[in-house]
Amino acid sequence: MTALPPSTGKKLGLVIDLDTCVGCHACVVSCKEWNSQSQASPLADLDAYGPAPEGAFLNRVHSFEVTPPEGPPVVVHFPRSCLHCEDAPCVTVCPTGASWKRAEDGIVLVNEAACIGCGLCAWACPYGAREMDGAERVMKKCTLCVDRIHNETLPEPDRVPACVKSCPAGARHFGDLGDPGSAVSRLVAARGGVDLMPEQGTKPVNKYLPPRPRDRLGGFSDESPLARYLDPVTDGAGGFLGWLDRSLGRLGGRP
Amino acid sequence: MRWRPRWRVRWTGRARFRHPRAQEVRPEAHPRPHADARPGRPLKGPHLGYPLGPEDLLLTADGAPQRLDKAFSWEAPLAAHGMMHMVISNAHAGDPYPIDTLFLYMANMAWNSSMNTAGTMAMLTDRRADGEYVIPRIIVADAYSSEMVACADLVLPDTTYLERHDCISLLDRPICEADAVADAIRWPVVAPERPGHAGVRPFQSVLLDLGHRLGLPGMVAEDGGPAYRDYADYIVTHQRRPGIGPLAGWRGDGTEAGRGAPNPDQLTRYIAAGGFWHEAIPPEARYFKPWNAAYQDWATARGLQDRATPYVFNLWLEPLRRFQLAAEGHGPRQPPEHLRARIRAAFDPLPVWSPPFEDTAVNPAEFPLHALTQRPMAMYHSWGSQNVWLRQIHGENPLYIPRAVWEAEGFGPGDWAWLTSAHGRIKVPVALMEAQNPATVWTWNAIGKRPGAWALDPAAPEATRGFLLNHLIHELLPPRGDGLRWANADPVTGQAAWYDLRVRIGKAPHPGPEPRVEAQASPVGTGPATVAHGARRA
Repeated sequence: MTALPPSTGKKLGLVIDLDTCVGCHACVVSCKEWNSQSQASPLADLDAYGPAPEGAFLNRVHSFEVTPPEGPPVVVHFPRSCLHCEDAPCVTVCPTGASWKRAEDGIVLVNEAACIGCGLCAWACPYGAREMDGAERVMKKCTLCVDRIHNETLPEPDRVPACVKSCPAGARHFGDLGDPGSAVSRLVAARGGVDLMPEQGTKPVNKYLPPRPRDRLGGFSDESPLARYLDPVTDGAGGFLGWLDRSLGRLGGRP
Repeated sequence: MRWRPRWRVRWTGRARFRHPRAQEVRPEAHPRPHADARPGRPLKGPHLGYPLGPEDLLLTADGAPQRLDKAFSWEAPLAAHGMMHMVISNAHAGDPYPIDTLFLYMANMAWNSSMNTAGTMAMLTDRRADGEYVIPRIIVADAYSSEMVACADLVLPDTTYLERHDCISLLDRPICEADAVADAIRWPVVAPERPGHAGVRPFQSVLLDLGHRLGLPGMVAEDGGPAYRDYADYIVTHQRRPGIGPLAGWRGDGTEAGRGAPNPDQLTRYIAAGGFWHEAIPPEARYFKPWNAAYQDWATARGLQDRATPYVFNLWLEPLRRFQLAAEGHGPRQPPEHLRARIRAAFDPLPVWSPPFEDTAVNPAEFPLHALTQRPMAMYHSWGSQNVWLRQIHGENPLYIPRAVWEAEGFGPGDWAWLTSAHGRIKVPVALMEAQNPATVWTWNAIGKRPGAWALDPAAPEATRGFLLNHLIHELLPPRGDGLRWANADPVTGQAAWYDLRVRIGKAPHPGPEPRVEAQASPVGTGPATVAHGARRA
């Protein structure tokens, strides 16, 4: 019911590295911090100090365990936020035009003044990336910190989304994924970045870099990789301790 | 396993990325600890330090510990950080002496900062036969309605970091940057004293005021007035030694770095720079810092040290050998007989490993699992560890169980388990975790809250589905029949043995947390139902 732009000048988005994300939630907290102060409705937290607290977040981290048929289980931390899809079903489903995609840079936004809180967009999004503000009853979503990235009152290095700025692991990258020469596009090419659930046909702009295979140390083993270095290094007069003993003996006049 | 920080190993990679700070690496370069408290006089030196031998221990004339926590006594000779975890237990036992007032700041010793939590709460509220409390007066300064606040006679409410000055100082734990020296301040963005908050002051300023009112040396000016107006004044004008103060930036006339006279304009300069000061390390000084003359000279000029101190890697630690010699009977200062054998074994001057005490004190077959905790990473990204966002990320904590144990005990989703140590047992919710050592169970630290604490609803999941492992860890080792109290700590450094814990586990027939701790009264009520800062929508 709301039209997507036929094309966008840029395709701004995130590249999220699942290999280096440690699941620390710095991106979650800094996103909540920035976007609970800068937007018209503030990502309300309901029952904030009660038995069932529930607030709106634009970015969450889910932690999964992967248990492969061979080799040790692996924990994968998966940050989830709006992927700013080229064929965004959350936009076309919107009955009022509140949900829209910007022609100039491809960011998907919500015009809160036009949002009636019907929630259709959240149903249409296959990624669960939209959350209702429980107090204002308007739909909230990642804006790529649109009020940071083009904000000339901020120092230039700060003109990136809050989640990217705060990630201590360097696992989040921001840029123009429509430009094949951009740093993020080259990163995606080098690391085999993937679309999330491509079968949904949403053409997400954000990309995920898959976890690298773990070192196998010549096959899975319970043995510590350091074990081979822990064998005794001295036998009688040989080895390091033997050398040390002889050296100390020379210094101290011991036999 | 006990961690013994005998060596700060500085191999090349670590030296490359280690941020500069005022830190000596050799025990010999540190001051000795001091406890020569006399009314009206300051200590002759810092209360913490590194003893180099028995002569530096803090003992009374008859050999008893001078400090309440027994740090720097024969029980923990190199307890360079003090032994916070023994303060309440020792005060309650009157060992080495009773006290009349316990004054705590920013330490939740009635809950997650103590071993033996239930026992600690009992000690804090225990009464003598005459009706007086065993610890008669407890004063607590805290910004939150913590579990410790519930045990206090006098609460000094602190401000948040938004309402006060702070310095993140090179003398303590500064902000870090491998190729620069840097420090930072906070300054109030909300006036602490505002309508509805009459008389509110940041606690650091209150401490300075208390020091002045008590007439403590260094806190009183020559005219009898306070030596420092408030903490902001202290940050700028206090000098650790001539020219060296809490903040390194813009000293003297504003052009000096690291060393220089106090600059009354210093905080203004920090605020103009966004709160931070940094200066790049010269390129030639960025490598092999402990042995690089360029770095050593630069660090000396900046006041991080007073002379070039290239790091000498001591394979043989002479200070340890001096204690060992005493245990072997040499020298005038001798350990008590019950500690002699332990000191002789533990103070090996060469690198050694020894099994955890708990492994030798309890039967590993009876308690086959290790249990440990870690602090959630999310908590490190906020000034307070408890707020309405974090509790939605970590509002409850299951015990994570490896598959072998999960299947052997017949656990299923939603189950609860009894977890038992040599000291006690708790009932906890369990969850399966595959990526885990098969002999270890673990959980998040400090998620569990006492009902009614932290301005939470008493039915909050932190109280109903969160728990502390602390209940299972005693501050003392199991009694040995000798009538002595043996601290559950490293015999060299006094480090609390949190990670020595051994447990066994079994399925619990019914859910629900144990022990059940009575709800505490909240002096601040419960937090608001809805938090929506900055709403502007009509």
